[in-house]
Amino acid sequence: MSDATVDPRFRRKPPKRPIRLSWADERIRGIVWQVLVVGIIGSIIWWLWSNTVHNLEVRRIATGFGFLNREAGLPIAESLISYEPTDTYFRALLVGVLNTLKVAVVGIVLATFLGTAIGIARLSKNFLVAKIAGFYVEVIRDLPLLLQLLFWYTIMQGLPGPRQALKPVEGVFLSNRGFKVPALVWEPAHTAALIACIAGIVLTWLYARSARAKQMADGQPRKVWPAAVALILGLPVLTWQVMGAPWEIDWPALRGFNFRGGMSISPEYAALLIGLVTYTAGFIAEVVRAGILSVNLGQWEAAQALGLRHGQVLRLIVLPQALRVIIPPMTSNYLNLTKNSSLAVAIGYQDIVSIANTTLNQTGQAIEGIAIIMLVYLTISLSISLFMNWYNAKIALVER
Amino acid sequence: MQQISRPGFLRAIGAAVIAAAVAMPAAAQQPAAGGSSPTMDAIRARGTLICGVNTGLAGFAQPDSQGVWRGFDVDYCRAVAIALFNDPDKVRYVPTTAQNRFTALQSGEVDMLARNTTWTLSRDTSLGFDFPAITFFDGQGFMVKASLGVRSASELNGATICVQPGTTTEQNLTDWARANRIQFQPVVIERLEEVVNAYLAGRCDAYTTDVSGLAATRSVQPRPADHVILPDVISKEPLGPAVRHGDQRFADLVRWIHFGLVTAEELGLTSQNIGQAAADARPDVQRLIGRTGDLGRMLGVDNAFMVNIVTRLGNYGQMFERSLTPIGIQRGPNAVWPAAGGLQYAPPFR
Repeated sequence: MSDATVDPRFRRKPPKRPIRLSWADERIRGIVWQVLVVGIIGSIIWWLWSNTVHNLEVRRIATGFGFLNREAGLPIAESLISYEPTDTYFRALLVGVLNTLKVAVVGIVLATFLGTAIGIARLSKNFLVAKIAGFYVEVIRDLPLLLQLLFWYTIMQGLPGPRQALKPVEGVFLSNRGFKVPALVWEPAHTAALIACIAGIVLTWLYARSARAKQMADGQPRKVWPAAVALILGLPVLTWQVMGAPWEIDWPALRGFNFRGGMSISPEYAALLIGLVTYTAGFIAEVVRAGILSVNLGQWEAAQALGLRHGQVLRLIVLPQALRVIIPPMTSNYLNLTKNSSLAVAIGYQDIVSIANTTLNQTGQAIEGIAIIMLVYLTISLSISLFMNWYNAKIALVER
Repeated sequence: MQQISRPGFLRAIGAAVIAAAVAMPAAAQQPAAGGSSPTMDAIRARGTLICGVNTGLAGFAQPDSQGVWRGFDVDYCRAVAIALFNDPDKVRYVPTTAQNRFTALQSGEVDMLARNTTWTLSRDTSLGFDFPAITFFDGQGFMVKASLGVRSASELNGATICVQPGTTTEQNLTDWARANRIQFQPVVIERLEEVVNAYLAGRCDAYTTDVSGLAATRSVQPRPADHVILPDVISKEPLGPAVRHGDQRFADLVRWIHFGLVTAEELGLTSQNIGQAAADARPDVQRLIGRTGDLGRMLGVDNAFMVNIVTRLGNYGQMFERSLTPIGIQRGPNAVWPAAGGLQYAPPFR
């Protein structure tokens, strides 16, 4: 709330009163209570701490974080960075953090799209679409997530073995070892094309901004999409062509026990991702539906009366108002998805909880292990909260 | 089999909190060495022994159709309860996973672990445990489906291997793969039922754990012959009960119960004939049944404790035959030395 909205009567400071050393003085009472509460909490923490330290010593249980530099010797199935069992516990835990982020980030993006689609579908005028969406939300929300994860994992395991793998399209294999898809052999030209694509997006955004500024000046709407296609698609293709157009595909093939080559998605990751996305999407759908319903029908009618098309009404009038309602509960859903990813241990996806758990078991240092898990989740959750709060403040309606 | 419970780390948090808050005040008064045993005192005051066992491993620890825990490891819990209370049923069994068993023992949630746990240097020192005895000499192996046609572990290059985390097993596996230049894809699942399901569903080509565990798993399959335990044994796994470090008296009791069971087999005393052993003139027998020597008193229990244990549970060989022979485990290294040339060797019971 800005200064201007404060009632001027409240801006006057009350007259200063001398503090009396008496129970009747509310300030003295306040100080006494606060000192008491802080003292009690402080001594409980101190007691827990000293008791733990004392008993760890008596039982000769190792303490400290020295184990992080020791060789881990753990097998890890999937990793975004190179990892060998000869690496340290620190690197093993880092792999775990990245695996958690891998499922959380992809999960949040997919759940947002799926949830928004279902939320809009639930408001559809088509009876069947609306009922199917409603049924989905009710069923998904009512079943425990762990059960759903085990369900998806069982389905993944029910796929045929690698030697009888399903082959829906040439080069794509579905088996109980995961999904195998052909992969592009990455060359510097592809990196350059990716950079060109990002540059294209930035340039498109700048162009759209100047187009809007010009429209504000002369009232003439300008087409942005031809420039966008040229910049976002044309620029990377051109860059790739100039650099020799490398195009080599790594096809997966069955060799020995398993597939070699290509890109793979493990059944554990797939089951966890599908479970988290479908579950969270059920909640996001309700948030989106509530957001859209919160915008008064009069807003739609007023916008249409101004001559705006349906898409423009949604983009310019309804969404900015709906997002105000949607963003705060959406933050909670993102946090829930991230924290729910710790159920990965049940189906053998090696996230931070799984690896920290194994670490604390191999080293016997439970308190340190749990502290690491807490620190990781706290950091991820606070980052999501900070970002969402920033975004919320940015899109909040500016009240004049 | 039990249903899936909360992830292990929640229990680990619980155990850590308990460790920090509840169990500690009791442990704060540590006894002088050689004095009374806080663990034994606590068990006697409570009236039951709390024993950490496996969540369900045929032959070692598994509830039967009446919900009574049966198995080789479970019998060691019973033996301790008989020594302390002369009653094998004064035991509360706490099923523990490979991951939460150590925090359960550290925090005082259980008095002892009887849960096929491998004795290693780091567990003996930095975990704050003592391993009183080796009750079962084991080694790690691999099980594959017979249809796969694999005959030796060296043919497993490129295979996907199911393994439980938080065990020596997964470290042995990576050591072995490194030493033999074998590439493998791990699938790491905490709960025994789930990891076995993953193997059975074909998620993995091979399942690795101690050979005894493989035999136990194979024995409960509808068609055990469909699975082959490969001949290669890649590690030493001395399994036995574990107790908290710092309570030597309790560790002594558990240790000498095991040695007593082995000695009984050596002397030919069984659950059938130990009742008539008073008539046996051999001095070793007289000491074991507590008629001479005052040995039980030295351990802080009744002098007749070994008679009570052997009467109800049998000697080491009988326990082995009751639980492990039916699932296809041979005596092998677990035969008694020197009579049968195995590794089970009891120091003199005197």
